[in-house]
Amino acid sequence: MADMINLTIDGIPVAVPKGTVIVDAAKKIDNDIPVFCYHPKLKPVGMCRMCLVEVGTPKMDPATKQVVKTEDGKAVIAWMPKLATACTTPVSEGMAVRTNTKQVLDARNNVLEFLLTSHPLDCPICDKGGECPLQNLTLAHGPGVSRFEYEAKNHNAKHVPLGDLIFLDRERCIQCSRCIRFQDDVADDHVLQFHDRGRHMEIVTFSDPPFDSYFGGNTTDICPVGALTTADFRFKARPWELDSTPSVCTHCAVGCNITLNTRLETRTGGHEIKRVMPRQNEHVNEIWTCDKGRFVHHFTRSTDRLTQPLVRDASGKLAESTWEAALQLVADKVRGKHVAGVIGDRLPNEDAFLFGQLLTDVIKTGSVTMSPAIPAAYADIVRGFGVGKDTEFKQIGKGDTILVVNGDLEESAPVWFLLLRQAVVDRGAKLVMAHDHITKMHRYATKTVNYELGTAANWAATETMALGAELKAARNVLIVFGDEKLSADGARALARALANIMIESGHAGKANSGLLPLYPHANTQGVFDALPEQLASTVAVQHGKRQADVAWLIGVGDPADVPQAAFTVVQELFLTDVAKSANVVLPALSFAERDGSFTSGDRRVQRFYRALPGMGQAKPDWWIIQEVAKRLGKSWGFHGTTEIFAALADSRPDYAGLTYELLGVTESQWPPVGRADLYYGGTAYDNTGGVGARYAARAEQSGFTAVSEAVAPPSADMESLQHLPRTLYQAGELISRSKVLAGHVEYRNSEMTRTAK
Amino acid sequence: MSSVRDIISRLGGMPMGFATVLKTFFRKPVTVQYPEQKKPMSARFRGRHHLKRYDDGLEKCIGCALCAAACPADAIYVEAAENTNEQRFSPGERYSKTYEINMLRCIFCGYCEDACPTNAIVLEPIEFPTGYTREGMIYAKDKLLEPAPAGVQGTPQVTPPGKYERAILPYPPIDASV
Ligand code: SF4
Ligand code: SF4
Ligand code: SF4
Ligand code: SF4
Ligand code: FES
Repeated sequence: MADMINLTIDGIPVAVPKGTVIVDAAKKIDNDIPVFCYHPKLKPVGMCRMCLVEVGTPKMDPATKQVVKTEDGKAVIAWMPKLATACTTPVSEGMAVRTNTKQVLDARNNVLEFLLTSHPLDCPICDKGGECPLQNLTLAHGPGVSRFEYEAKNHNAKHVPLGDLIFLDRERCIQCSRCIRFQDDVADDHVLQFHDRGRHMEIVTFSDPPFDSYFGGNTTDICPVGALTTADFRFKARPWELDSTPSVCTHCAVGCNITLNTRLETRTGGHEIKRVMPRQNEHVNEIWTCDKGRFVHHFTRSTDRLTQPLVRDASGKLAESTWEAALQLVADKVRGKHVAGVIGDRLPNEDAFLFGQLLTDVIKTGSVTMSPAIPAAYADIVRGFGVGKDTEFKQIGKGDTILVVNGDLEESAPVWFLLLRQAVVDRGAKLVMAHDHITKMHRYATKTVNYELGTAANWAATETMALGAELKAARNVLIVFGDEKLSADGARALARALANIMIESGHAGKANSGLLPLYPHANTQGVFDALPEQLASTVAVQHGKRQADVAWLIGVGDPADVPQAAFTVVQELFLTDVAKSANVVLPALSFAERDGSFTSGDRRVQRFYRALPGMGQAKPDWWIIQEVAKRLGKSWGFHGTTEIFAALADSRPDYAGLTYELLGVTESQWPPVGRADLYYGGTAYDNTGGVGARYAARAEQSGFTAVSEAVAPPSADMESLQHLPRTLYQAGELISRSKVLAGHVEYRNSEMTRTAK
Repeated sequence: MSSVRDIISRLGGMPMGFATVLKTFFRKPVTVQYPEQKKPMSARFRGRHHLKRYDDGLEKCIGCALCAAACPADAIYVEAAENTNEQRFSPGERYSKTYEINMLRCIFCGYCEDACPTNAIVLEPIEFPTGYTREGMIYAKDKLLEPAPAGVQGTPQVTPPGKYERAILPYPPIDASV
């Protein structure tokens, strides 16, 4: 490549792209230059001086402007008289770097000794102890003893709440500003700042409410010391005691890769989730998660989980029963009846697939749809015109246009907000915002369009041709859209109009282009894909009016999605309002207690793994479905989700070629994080368990000709106008069980109600 | 002719066995009726563990689980929690909410004692753990924690703000003249 720069580090030649700083260049050849303030995802500031190295450049003859060479033809290096910070110095052609001379080693030693003069070194009670860059680098490069008088140490407050999720220990802070820079440059929530000078310098929050951000948890991952801790994990366990299991967050369409850290606990007498950490996937969430994903895990070990099948007895009460009796009752009730099945969009692909098979192949007189129903009205359009298979959010930048229609990126898909914001702010993509109210993403808009509340579809339909023509010139076009304040018909009309824009602008079926839906949960697309084709889309639109002999609900929270029936079967984690009125309630396992796969909003299929033993007698949903099928005379004989996924991939052409093995493939990623590299990339976990695979949008597949077709939007979409706009911390069954978030849920919802009025 | 040796071998090992019994019968026994009867132990004997307190009644243990990390037998289980001034168990922010040692697993190596940054866990030559059930051999805080000194309140205590900021006591100032 033309813009590669050659340099030597400790005599080892290395070639890196122009603009790379020395720290990164060295890291590429496994030379670990210690850093504190530098982070590969943040802009360098050179604050801590930990990365000092000797730097030299080829000596130039002022007369000839030629590099001076020795007799054997090597360039003579002119060494800089002082050490330079490797994190702020970009590489240059012919540069030489020395990282192991006495001068460099002394500098490291001195910087550490200096840092430790104000550091409490209370590692035994520090939550970072065991995965602390300061501990590790001190062991590797620091002095064994301090010359500093203990009495002269700085003693500061150790319990400073910055908001109710993040706590600051002022003594431990080494003033690297990683947290401030993350909040400013990545999250764009300017809530932290340095206050005062010298030894009194401290981190303060100046927002109201304090530390008002959805992304605060990430600062605890990249803080190189134990200065920032989460309210959730404070003193809960030592890092070395934790087991880690790769998983996928279930709360929005991004499908952030996470690691579930579990440990024994006397309260529950078994394992429980102690913390949720981001798991690196540079295609999806990089090394971030939002605070919802991080803190809404308490439901998995909530004491009110259903642990036994319940059957309504003669007196009309739900009474504890056995699996055998409950399954037989369900089988008897559904045989030959008209069964209306509804499955929630948090359920994994495998369960949705099996449920569809049960209703159409075994019961035969059944129909199935998903909850919430509205996304089912347009998920097929996303499957056709969604983002191209090889789309990388990181590649979106100059020359590209991002169009956001009728959705709040930060509230609905927080990590996509981070990634797309960087595409606009850091890499120069053009951003067009079309919305009925102002969202945070509006801050970066190149162009803003306003339309009346609830008329997104009408707007898109009238603008199709003009926008299509306008966007022709763009390198790539990414259209993010939501279904806020739209009915099923309206949402379908909107999605169709946006697909037409993709076609008219000539970007349909391209990498880094396509539709990106702001689905409500992790597996909306997957459940839709796994259900029988026509049933999902057509039945869904007429939901609410459905009547049947038996209603069968799996993970359905919204009473509006419940069909009218004489007999209701519910598979749930909790005795929800829907479950309370059921005839049979079957306890299901949560995502943390089983294996499966989710398909994210950008159609990346990803695996998650079992981290916890099951609770009580609860069973995975697919097992329940299979057992009922067995009692109806159909023996599938699946032993686990691997086999079910194989069957799904066989019968859904989009998923052809995908296997659990393929989804489980990992790759080496940049920057390295965790374990030996936690001083560098932070404590996010490296990816074990697989980066997943995206299936191709239909517009990309050969033999598909995209024709734009007009779908008339409904004239008045009044019924759905009453819905409040979507917020991240929307009150719900799962979030209500995380006490740490209670304040946020209440605050956000009161804010929303207030602004909506 | 049969020799004496021959006769003995025909009788089997019986006489030799009797001889051994007779020899030991009059010897002083080495066993004692533990726990009614106790033998003096070396001051450094590693008997069962105790969790120590400071003179003001606060627990020394800060729930750091370094003992559990050091334990080669995986016998210790610690769960920590946060102190407040209204409910204080130990100085500083952290205390052990649950502290259990499985005395059946413990090999009395004393590594836990070595690892402890506050000298909270000490193996003392006072007694040796005994019990009739497996569960009974898991010693929790109720058995491990020594009683508060006479006249001092045990834990939790209500303490004034700012008094117990630090979990680990500072070292004595370095004497420059030495
Ligand atoms: S931040 Fe690191 S070095 Fe400082 S007390 Fe915590 S574990 Fe120890
Ligand atoms: S709190 Fe942590 S990340 Fe923030 S400046 Fe201090 S040491 Fe750095
Ligand atoms: S004495 Fe040894 S084996 Fe026993 S608890 Fe302590 S460290 Fe573990
Ligand atoms: S006994 Fe000592 S080492 Fe063990 S948890 Fe308590 S303070 Fe830590
Ligand atoms: S100055 Fe380079 S890492 Fe801090």
